[in-house]
Amino acid sequence: MSDVVIRVENLGKRYRIGEREPYLALRDVLARAISAPLRIFRRQKTPPRNGDACHIWALKDVSFEVRQGEVVGIIGRNGAGKSTLLKILGQVTRPTEGRARVRGRMGSLLDVGTGFHPELTGRENTYLNGAILGMSKREINRKFEEIVAFAEIEKFIDTPVKYYSSGMYVRLAFSVAAHLEPEILLVDEVLAVGDVAFQKKCLGRMGDVAKHGRTIMFVSHSMAAIALLCKSVIVLDKGCIKTIGPSQQAITEYLVGAMDRDTEVYNVEGLPRAVPGLSMQVEFLTLELEGFPGKLVPADTDLCLRMTVRGNRAVSSFRFFLTIYAVDGTPVGSCAGSQIHSIQEGEVAAYRLQLPNPALAPGLYRFALGVGTGDEREGFREFDVADDVLHFEVLPPPGQDGTKSEWERSWGNIRFHKPVTTRCD
Amino acid sequence: MDITPPRGWLEVNLGELWQFRELAYFFVWRDIKIRYKQTAIGAAWAVFQPLMTMLVFSLFFGHLAKIPSGGLPYPIFYLSALLPWMYFAGALQNVTDSVVTQRQVITKVYFPRLVLPLSAVVSGLLDFAIGLVVFLGMMPFYHITPGKAILLFPFFLLLAVATALSVGLWLSALNAIYRDVHYVVPFLVQFWMFVSPVAYPTALVPARWRWLYGLNPMAGVIEGFRWALTGNGQPPSLVLAASAGAVLIVLMGGMAFFRKMEGTIADVV
Repeated sequence: MSDVVIRVENLGKRYRIGEREPYLALRDVLARAISAPLRIFRRQKTPPRNGDACHIWALKDVSFEVRQGEVVGIIGRNGAGKSTLLKILGQVTRPTEGRARVRGRMGSLLDVGTGFHPELTGRENTYLNGAILGMSKREINRKFEEIVAFAEIEKFIDTPVKYYSSGMYVRLAFSVAAHLEPEILLVDEVLAVGDVAFQKKCLGRMGDVAKHGRTIMFVSHSMAAIALLCKSVIVLDKGCIKTIGPSQQAITEYLVGAMDRDTEVYNVEGLPRAVPGLSMQVEFLTLELEGFPGKLVPADTDLCLRMTVRGNRAVSSFRFFLTIYAVDGTPVGSCAGSQIHSIQEGEVAAYRLQLPNPALAPGLYRFALGVGTGDEREGFREFDVADDVLHFEVLPPPGQDGTKSEWERSWGNIRFHKPVTTRCD
Repeated sequence: MDITPPRGWLEVNLGELWQFRELAYFFVWRDIKIRYKQTAIGAAWAVFQPLMTMLVFSLFFGHLAKIPSGGLPYPIFYLSALLPWMYFAGALQNVTDSVVTQRQVITKVYFPRLVLPLSAVVSGLLDFAIGLVVFLGMMPFYHITPGKAILLFPFFLLLAVATALSVGLWLSALNAIYRDVHYVVPFLVQFWMFVSPVAYPTALVPARWRWLYGLNPMAGVIEGFRWALTGNGQPPSLVLAASAGAVLIVLMGGMAFFRKMEGTIADVV
């Protein structure tokens, strides 16, 4: 096809695990060089091997094509290889094997404010950053007023950016990037910065860009942004392509694939926690959703959880709290248990928590469970938080005639109890 | 555009480098802009540093140690050496650090990485030029008028730039992997100064070792500077041509090495 602008064939990128570390110290290499002289210069020549303990494949056998004017989303869990793929396409790093052919002027937006220097003024940084992103001086001259207006910082354009608020800084940085007009644009998760109103403005601008026939490859964790901007989506999993397809279908598949249907009892003891700096005075050991084989929960039922915890220290008062998330990461609701418990050092205790019918709409959900102390007034202090646990599916309620009723995602995650309507005259 | 795994020792893509000349210009401009930001006397440092060093050298090496200056007044003798030397020392450190200080940019955006050491070597020339103007202003004061030899001055400057770049290219690529290099450079510069005629004239070196001494390109550069600006000392000889040739070889090797590291530098820096 003549309108293919990106063709990727069997692309692979292997990292030595050491290479991801901040830097090597010479002494390590000297020691290695003595045992194998010149090996550091032969690094590229050793053939790639699978199953090698000191190498990981960040990307493996990735092939796809992108046509002119397509907006392609790339999704996947952390470490799935999304950023590595963009870095290879953006020529920041070279692949280990395979090839990619790109036709057209490419701009990569893997970061906002690349090369910003705090001592330089907004004007100076605009020129510097623009040049780094690949704009010519003439191009920046032409767009300068527009960039400043878009960032809404006219008054401060001649102030060194070190005096900017973080919001102003990000707005200027993004504004420069948003005025980049390459034929192919690579965007990595940059919308995660800035306030919500500005994010909307940027999404709008990117949408405009897409309408002008430009090709965009877009990495994001925001399924909403992906669904809004992209027609097709590539799902990466552990460095390989899992799905390529129309965005709605691929997103759904990805989200459903992320659902854990097998684990009945979650053993979280000693697993790393997503929340940093937890004191672990009380630690979760096992978590279980009771009474729902296959983790299928009928509509309008109470949810019953069984949790075992261990007191790593004696704690005189703690309580449980929980948040339920929908499969796309939207929080559905939260609550704290009303009972205060206590535990001895080294004691292991099991608790049952009964959540009265949360009226969840049919779909996939998961829990985040916390144990901590405090109340609404003085604030909670968390001992332990187990995130992304107890996946379950809520089944559709039986309809009037015994058939299952449909539920549209856009109706939300709560199925309110049937309202009572009365005529009031 | 074809993106493939790195293969062997690639030749330097000068055409691409030319396309990115504007970016190189912006890097130089940025370096110069921020060098003396938030300093009280700003660009006066460019004058102050060589002048102070010149005074110290004149006092201790000249008037106290009585090192011969080949008939030149001490301030002229030392400043004519310090200008190229301080440019070289600064440029070598800047080139070495050029890749590492820009790691944020390197890991996010593509451009030929050679732009970084090239712009680092160029941005030091402004300080050098300021110092040179001061030097030229001092010459009438000491009743020294440059002769025709001054026409060869750009050649010596070019050799200083090439020497800093040739060694710096190797060091900057290595510095991206081994941060030790950053700490090695000050030592290297110090030792190098002792084997260059900065604090003493070449005449002090025993004649039978002078060919070896002459292979140090900075020896040729500094002698050449003195000769070109003041007419004092020996005109350049074949040894200088040999050291210039050596610089060229190291420069080519540095380019190839740097180019080879380029593909994976973002992974390791």
